Amino acid sequence: MQISSEIISKHGLKLEEYKKIISLIGRKPNLLELGIFSAMWNEHCSYKSSKKYLKTLPTKNKNIIQGPGENAGVVDFGDDDAIVFKIESHNHPSFIEPYQGAATGVGGILRDVFTMGARPIATLNSIHFGDQHHPKTKHLLNGVVSGIGAYGNCMGIPTVGGEVKFNSTYNENILVNAMAVGLVKKSKIFYSKAKGINQPVIYVGSKTGRDGIHGASMASAEFDHKTEEKKPTVQVGDPFTEKLLLEACLELMKDNSIISIQDMGAAGLTSSSVEMASKGNLGIEIDLDKVPCREKKMTPYEIMLSESQERMLIILNSNKVKSAEKIFKKWSLDFSIIGRTTNSKNLVLNFKNEEVANLPLSSLSTDAPLYDRKWKKSVVSKNKYLKNNFKELKIIDSLKKILNSPNNSEKSWVWEQYDQTVMGDTIQGPGGDAAVVRIHKKNKGIAIAVDSSAHYCLANPMVGGKQVVCESWRNLIAVGSHPIAITNCLNFGNPEKSEIMGQFVESVKGISEACNYLDFPVVSGNVSFYNETQDKAISPTPTIGGVGLIKDLKNMMTKNIKKFNSNIFVIGKTSGHLCQSEFFREVLNLKSGPPPEVNLFNEKNNGLMIQSLISKKLLTSVHDVSSGGILLCLYEMCLSGKFGAKIKIPINNMNLHEYFFSEDQSRYLIEVTDEYKDKVTNILEKGSVFYEILGKTQKDSLELDGEFNIKLSELNKLNSLWFKEYFKEK
Amino acid sequence: MKSSVIVFPGSNCDRDIAVALEKYKIKNQMVWHAESMLPKSDLVVLPGGFSYGDYLRAGCIASKSPIINDVMEHAKKGGLILGICNGFQILIETGLLPGVLLRNKKLRFVSKNVHLKVINTENKFCLNYKKKKIIKLPIAHNEGNYFADNNTLKNLEDNNLIAFKYSDELGNANSENNPNGSSNNIAAILNKEKNILGMMPHPERVIDPILSGEDGSIMFESIIK
Repeated sequence: MQISSEIISKHGLKLEEYKKIISLIGRKPNLLELGIFSAMWNEHCSYKSSKKYLKTLPTKNKNIIQGPGENAGVVDFGDDDAIVFKIESHNHPSFIEPYQGAATGVGGILRDVFTMGARPIATLNSIHFGDQHHPKTKHLLNGVVSGIGAYGNCMGIPTVGGEVKFNSTYNENILVNAMAVGLVKKSKIFYSKAKGINQPVIYVGSKTGRDGIHGASMASAEFDHKTEEKKPTVQVGDPFTEKLLLEACLELMKDNSIISIQDMGAAGLTSSSVEMASKGNLGIEIDLDKVPCREKKMTPYEIMLSESQERMLIILNSNKVKSAEKIFKKWSLDFSIIGRTTNSKNLVLNFKNEEVANLPLSSLSTDAPLYDRKWKKSVVSKNKYLKNNFKELKIIDSLKKILNSPNNSEKSWVWEQYDQTVMGDTIQGPGGDAAVVRIHKKNKGIAIAVDSSAHYCLANPMVGGKQVVCESWRNLIAVGSHPIAITNCLNFGNPEKSEIMGQFVESVKGISEACNYLDFPVVSGNVSFYNETQDKAISPTPTIGGVGLIKDLKNMMTKNIKKFNSNIFVIGKTSGHLCQSEFFREVLNLKSGPPPEVNLFNEKNNGLMIQSLISKKLLTSVHDVSSGGILLCLYEMCLSGKFGAKIKIPINNMNLHEYFFSEDQSRYLIEVTDEYKDKVTNILEKGSVFYEILGKTQKDSLELDGEFNIKLSELNKLNSLWFKEYFKEK
Repeated sequence: MKSSVIVFPGSNCDRDIAVALEKYKIKNQMVWHAESMLPKSDLVVLPGGFSYGDYLRAGCIASKSPIINDVMEHAKKGGLILGICNGFQILIETGLLPGVLLRNKKLRFVSKNVHLKVINTENKFCLNYKKKKIIKLPIAHNEGNYFADNNTLKNLEDNNLIAFKYSDELGNANSENNPNGSSNNIAAILNKEKNILGMMPHPERVIDPILSGEDGSIMFESIIK
């Protein structure tokens, strides 16, 4: 078959890239080889636009066992324990087919974690949808949530947290970012680097079908009006088979049978075989007749490019084949020796006794194209607004409006579709600053948070990037943990456009700066470009998944107010920054202006202070002040309904809306009983941490001196209304 | 006391129940579904999960597993059987308990803590609960909507074979506090001899104060009594 320019572009390759292929292999590729190049050289697999900048992120410190470049990152968790975690996007498929797209997003990230020998202990997610009135939003929200639930629930891994957001920039490009966390013994971590010549290459798991062909390439291009036609590129999930695969793999991992292992995720058999062999500086030979196929007459092209789920590639110690096969038979999974490692440094594929492809592995990995794309600095607008805009507004009315907005409404409609408590170790589920999961049978725990701040990033990508890392750090501090490391999922539009590339470059710069300052390295993640449809890109949305260690669960903290007549402190300075706030957005429909500044010194200083107060057992509850400002934060602390608060107007003469709804950073609200009030005040003053005393806790109502006094039950009712009305449920 | 937890390929609460049994010093064995011999046991537990993926009716394929023959024998001899969530669905599919478990009324998975009213305490599983007491346990299922014909429901009510009903925190059991649409707010039922309990809520998930409660512990304390 002659390779025409049409075929080249259908494979998502540029003409120059095709020329590069010819120069690398010294001849024209055949169609199968072209398909393999397209799978390995697309943006999703090669990181060709992002690599230059990803290299600038801090990835190491004494806690890091494995940084980026493996199936997932690994951090030290004390004793013999290590935590494996990663976040990944499944945006494009989820827009085309929300249920399967989201389900296989969860399946994929879980495989990344258990491939490394870890038993998954929690998943989280960050999902973004378009405007509530957009005709697709309801269908997409419903499909994504039930897809995430269906996969995690069946696997028996609790979904413990995440975020759900709405904004019209996601109308035609939703975001589904899934994070998984696993626990492993430090001595039992498995890697993907192949070792040894003539070792058997084993295929295990589900059979290969015709689903998801070119999925990774599809996710490396913009959408157009023909998106519906791309349905066959979406994979179909089978969580039951994945559960079997999980148990079978963990059973096999008990001894030293496995030399290396990698899951077949994006670009399926192609990327797994290429990556394992090239990391080990070896060659690999595969006999495609041996690949278990679901359908008859599958071609080498289809077998190599299918993204069928629930499959793994293992390089096995040759004397362990029999015992390994027994385990996979017990779990009713396919097990097939499909090839061997070689010293050729080539990928060789045979089919029906013929060599059908022979490519140098370096041409697919190290020699793949890298781009230094043009980028433009984002224009940041000035902080300008008139207080007259909200002179007439009552604080309570503004609060009510925010509470009833889709972004700030209570999300139990979503959480209740996820099993949050299976495995019996979930201590804090969705809804808190961070989720907390106990390390099985131990008195320590892991805090996990997922955050994004797209409005801030759109207004100023550099500040936004910094802010979202700080937000993650703050959330982990607020539950009493020591933040350890993050994973990131960078969702952007088309990097071939200089303004989009600029958003990316500046966001990464902000992330990097904050991570360096807070000693909070990045250990894994992915980049999702081309979240763009007919020239409209999403807001830049870097999503950060952070983990922290709670050494002693007695020091864990929650946000709900626990005592009557205790004191509420605001930690950190409130300057009244309203641009990009929920108040401006939801109440005044104002979208201009810069995001709040991030002062890394204050962030760290305030955070460490909270940490120290928690460890001295002086605090009763802690909540980080984020979007919505002080008043929303305080309401969330009262959400349990048992206690409210009576607060007073601050003495600093600040405009009330500015004081209560501004989103200045590095702030927390804390609850302190009278017993410890003086002690806490002393420590705060000695530590040069700015604080104000807001008021006292009281029974079941929220009250602002001279402004309002409202029953919590009334606010709760309003807060839980939006989802019920949206889905017409009583 | 000796127990056996039957492990189906897609069981996923098997570890959780084993941890609970271990905590109460019950000598437990995990028994693979493909075995045909049940080890000597006082108690058999069918744990929660998705036994065979549950793509067909939940619990349907599991009820035909090789080990089930011995489980039926165990039941006939009066041995204790506890079926939780998927385990309850399997007990119904085997015919050991009456009725059916339909999809939840709202047609979606529901995972949350619910209040339950203790109805029957005259059985080995609930001895330590106080009658009419309100307890809190988590549920997490897609098919927990208990349904039976009027005669069966009457029989369950008249013979005091309902162990727990969904309620509010004051003990009112009506449609407003029914999380899945179950007839008569039924959350758990017993067989006539009261040696078999099938329940949708998960007692094994709340056996430690740090896990938002200990109401599940009382069941295990009853079993070892």
